[in-house]
Amino acid sequence: MMYLKLAWRNIWRNRRRTLITAASVFFAVSLAVLMRSLQHGAYDNMIRNAAGMYLGYVQVHHNGYWNDKSLNNTFTPDEALLKTLDIDPRVSTVVPRLESFALASSGNQTKTALVIGADPSKEASFTQLNKRITQGTYFSAGEDAALLGDELAKNLKLKVGDTLVLLGQGYHGYTAAGKYVIKGLIHFGSPDLNREVVYLPLQTAQLFYTIGNRLTSITLNLFKPKEAEIVARSLSQKLDKKYWEVMDWKQMMPQLEQLIQLDSSGGLVIIGILYLVIAFGVFGTILMMLAERQHEMGILTAIGMKPYKMGWMIFTELVLMVLLGVLAGIIASIPLVTYFKYHPIRITGQAAEAYEHFGLEPIFPFSTNPDIFISQGIVVLIICVMLSFYAWYKILRIDAVESMRM
Amino acid sequence: MIVIETKNVTKVYEGVVPVTAVDGVSIQIEEGEFTAIVGPSGSGKTTLLNLIGGLDHPTTGEVWIGGKNISHLSKNELIDFRLHHIGFVFQAYNLIPVLSAKENVEFIMLLQKRSKSERISRAKELLKMVGLETRMNNRPGELSGGQQQRVAVARALASKPQFVLADEPTANLDSNSTAQLLDMMHDLNKKEKMTFLFSTHDQRVIDRAERVIMLEDGKVVGSELNG
Repeated sequence: MMYLKLAWRNIWRNRRRTLITAASVFFAVSLAVLMRSLQHGAYDNMIRNAAGMYLGYVQVHHNGYWNDKSLNNTFTPDEALLKTLDIDPRVSTVVPRLESFALASSGNQTKTALVIGADPSKEASFTQLNKRITQGTYFSAGEDAALLGDELAKNLKLKVGDTLVLLGQGYHGYTAAGKYVIKGLIHFGSPDLNREVVYLPLQTAQLFYTIGNRLTSITLNLFKPKEAEIVARSLSQKLDKKYWEVMDWKQMMPQLEQLIQLDSSGGLVIIGILYLVIAFGVFGTILMMLAERQHEMGILTAIGMKPYKMGWMIFTELVLMVLLGVLAGIIASIPLVTYFKYHPIRITGQAAEAYEHFGLEPIFPFSTNPDIFISQGIVVLIICVMLSFYAWYKILRIDAVESMRM
Repeated sequence: MIVIETKNVTKVYEGVVPVTAVDGVSIQIEEGEFTAIVGPSGSGKTTLLNLIGGLDHPTTGEVWIGGKNISHLSKNELIDFRLHHIGFVFQAYNLIPVLSAKENVEFIMLLQKRSKSERISRAKELLKMVGLETRMNNRPGELSGGQQQRVAVARALASKPQFVLADEPTANLDSNSTAQLLDMMHDLNKKEKMTFLFSTHDQRVIDRAERVIMLEDGKVVGSELNG
């Protein structure tokens, strides 16, 4: 306890230097936390947009479906599968889907359409499809009704209440044909989806494709999206790999994962430079501490203090000094990060259009993930520990007589 | 009983021109002596004290403390030896500035891993003995030079050493403080049988010493008993 008291008092021997050192750490940690929070918040938003809005964090398919998206690779959801998914406490929603392509027609206009058979209530609770209605109303289970992307409706010159004709190939080569009342128009962030999407109630789509109760995928929403990889892996182990493939969003969207990794690496380089500057500052403090206390350390050695104890004392002083900056930096950044989590930065103009073009909301919410705060603190403390090796090196070689002459 | 014995000790500082700071010194100090090593600047007083205090290794010869040859002890062994057997008083007091007088005295006992209660009671006892019972909680910066040196003496005694080495302890003190310090050390010498060995060229200290060893150019050129 006395060593700690001594270390604490020692750091205030040169109050100004301690405050300058702690302040430099404070700014580095605050900036690093803000930057990483912004980055991680933006990534979470991108993932939420891409996975949470449609694709899901985890999908279960018939083995081989992802590489050959054919109706022949569909499956009948058996009890055992549904039970396995339902009882998993990490899964919040289980959404069955049937997806394929067809020709959408009206009068003499024909366009390619992505037909999605969806359970109206589950889809509403997961992707909030009902909130994307721009005209008309949401559909309900078993209706011969369709929801159309607003661009597709415009291209086909259709409006709410008109009839849409779908023509395509069903299960095992059957001809799929049907006409559906347009119940509503929907709008997505992604122009591609707006141009081609047609939603049918799941049973209606199954009838259209003459496919019984078969599905192309079961999409899972999770309570903690960050657990997607773990959930996918554990489900893979539980389900028979011969029949099922379980994929997380990273496997389904490797480009997004790569984009995040690339951007994150860039951020880490900037933070690395920031910390390098701070490391030099702390190193300067170490050099000054050693130089101005050389005589004192000689005296302490003379009266019987072992150099390793002095090393611990200097190390404790450094840690206390850096900890002051780290804690202040973290405490100061918490209100800012929390504010921007709930009031995200919203970009406008062409940049916003570019984001919307890719189906992403043009906002930058901050992340309040505790890992961001903890990791910055740990990084700075690791830097401090590494720099203290120099202090140890110098102190362990101290010569009492030489030092007392200083 | 002989507490300190040097046997033909020589210390040569290597360099472009090697300097012999101590040249073949052989002395014996008995328990309870109050001895001053005197000589002009550069005569080798501090070097001899450093060798006796185990702060430096002799180039040739041996240093025996309490019947133990310390000349070949390693750096860490010497630190332990100093902690448990030798008390140091330096010219510039050299107290730890951020600790109070009591904590400075306690600190050396902390290094010896003594219990907290023992540390506190002995620190108080020693500070009372050197007349600073009312200034125990003051930091060195709040004490006069004489008071700081008295704390330094209390610190030197805290480890219950075999003897106290004092390197020009009165060099920075005024006449009054010097007299008080010498009275106090003399009392300790008489009452506690504590052995004191000074290096000094202060005539006031020389006059109070019971024995004076004269050093010149690193060699003992005389030894006489006072009064």
